Amino acid sequence: MLPESGRWAIIPSAVLAYAIRRVALTIPVLLGVATLVFALIHLVPGDPAEAMLGESAPAADLDELRRTLGLDQPLVVQYGRYLGRLVQGDLGVSFRYRTPVRQEIGSRLGRTAELAIAAMVVAVAVAIPLGVVGALYQGRAIDQAAMTVSLLGISMPNFWLGPLLAIVFAVQLGWLPVSGTGSLAHLVLPAVTLGAALAAILARMTRASLLDELRELYVLAARARGLSRFRAVVGHALRNSLIPVVTIMGLQLGAVLTGTIITETIFAWPGIGRLLIQAINFRDYPLVQGCILFIAVTYVAMNLIVDLAYAWLDPRIRYR
Amino acid sequence: MTRTLGIVLVGLAAVTAIVGPWVVGADPIAQNLPLRLQGPSAAHWLGVDELGRDILARLVVGARISLAVGCAVVGVSAALGMAIGAVAGYAGGALDTAIGRVMDVLLAFPGILLAIALVAVLGPSLGNVVLALVTIGWVSYARLVRGQVLKVRELDYVQAARALGAPVGRVIARHVVPATFSAVTVQATLGMAGAILAEASLSFLGLGVQPPTPSWGSMLDAGRSHLFEAPHLTIVPGLAIALVVLGFNFAGDALRDRLDPRSS
Repeated sequence: MLPESGRWAIIPSAVLAYAIRRVALTIPVLLGVATLVFALIHLVPGDPAEAMLGESAPAADLDELRRTLGLDQPLVVQYGRYLGRLVQGDLGVSFRYRTPVRQEIGSRLGRTAELAIAAMVVAVAVAIPLGVVGALYQGRAIDQAAMTVSLLGISMPNFWLGPLLAIVFAVQLGWLPVSGTGSLAHLVLPAVTLGAALAAILARMTRASLLDELRELYVLAARARGLSRFRAVVGHALRNSLIPVVTIMGLQLGAVLTGTIITETIFAWPGIGRLLIQAINFRDYPLVQGCILFIAVTYVAMNLIVDLAYAWLDPRIRYR
Repeated sequence: MTRTLGIVLVGLAAVTAIVGPWVVGADPIAQNLPLRLQGPSAAHWLGVDELGRDILARLVVGARISLAVGCAVVGVSAALGMAIGAVAGYAGGALDTAIGRVMDVLLAFPGILLAIALVAVLGPSLGNVVLALVTIGWVSYARLVRGQVLKVRELDYVQAARALGAPVGRVIARHVVPATFSAVTVQATLGMAGAILAEASLSFLGLGVQPPTPSWGSMLDAGRSHLFEAPHLTIVPGLAIALVVLGFNFAGDALRDRLDPRSS
């Protein structure tokens, strides 16, 4: 059995203090995000109820919708009720589907998570070999080719890359389905589209980080012991060079999350991003608010988790 | 190499936007349904779209819209961000904290999400796209300038100006803000790429420029329905966006190397 101090050494007190401080700092940000999302419906030009039902809607229907949305109440009351509902996880009722917004988001969450995870897997699977090749053959044609490919990935907007991939792999070659869900094949094009930019950034980062690491004494010592450059890279330098790569991955989570909006729209992928765009087209403001709030809060939460993970991994951060 | 390529691409885009519509001559919204989805030909160099409109004519007008949105967003965001960042950094205290909290909240929204939200409620239009992109765009300039001001305000020449009794506004405008111009210029060049991409994204989602006005993003969106029979509808505007974005990114990197050698 471990001594008391040893058992708790997994989460040192400095990390705990940092975590509490970091979580406390997140609360006002979340309140600000919630307030901004609340304000959205009040930015609708004219009457939101009229915008949703149309100008020719009967007065009784408009009144009913205003009551349902709480727009007939004073602003302070609306805000108080809104925050109260949020605390209970209540995001309101979708105007289009007549179901709780939480339920609509919940039913699509799995699809968005599936796409985001697949994109990250694609990005890592492409980026690490590309970065390693770039570092191993620095300055040679193969390095330049690898970096050109990554530059293309950074420059191509995903709303262009997606249709291009569909033209080649779905239309011309007929290898993959152009849209929809149901099999692993359906996931390939959306995941590659969403993961391409991240792969490009990670490949450049891996190459740069690995080149730095290759100058370290322990790598030179391994080489002096007779290890080949390839084995020195894969067996020793690569693992250490991945720390900044993981950092960049954490920072890019937000881009992946936002990228799902366009990728899901291109490939008719039934996730939260597509739900948001459909809600906008139907002027389903409660659902728009719910989706925006959900994505923003997820983003804040992911940033928090990434920060806490760094604090746990890197002692310099928590003592700052 | 990349610097030259960046300058060439940005220059080409600017010339296309300014004189392109006159040189091409064709009406970008004139429909010719019998020709719909036709590929490139001598009469229509880049082909025609789903309504028989000349793609080259639409592309050059789209260039004008993309660059105009980019300039408007970057210009207003930079001016607003510099003013707010300079005041926050110079004043410090409660005002700096309050501005910092507002920036934290805006930065809590990933990328373009807030712009989508704003355009969704304000209604899709070019003006609302600029407004939405400025709403998220000023923050990066404000943060940059605030950081620079915190350094500059302690320098001897600024202290001397204050000791000589210069009013705060004059110290900020004449002595503090000019010191941030290099960093802001780099940020603005890279910001052009971001703004053009964001406008195209919003138009692609149907939230930007409305038909029949051509925009590269909406042209790509229209092409999506005709991937099988007319891939040129997708390839042409996408290539234009990618090249212009690449050009501004290269130009921004080159400027950074020139103006701030330490960062390269």
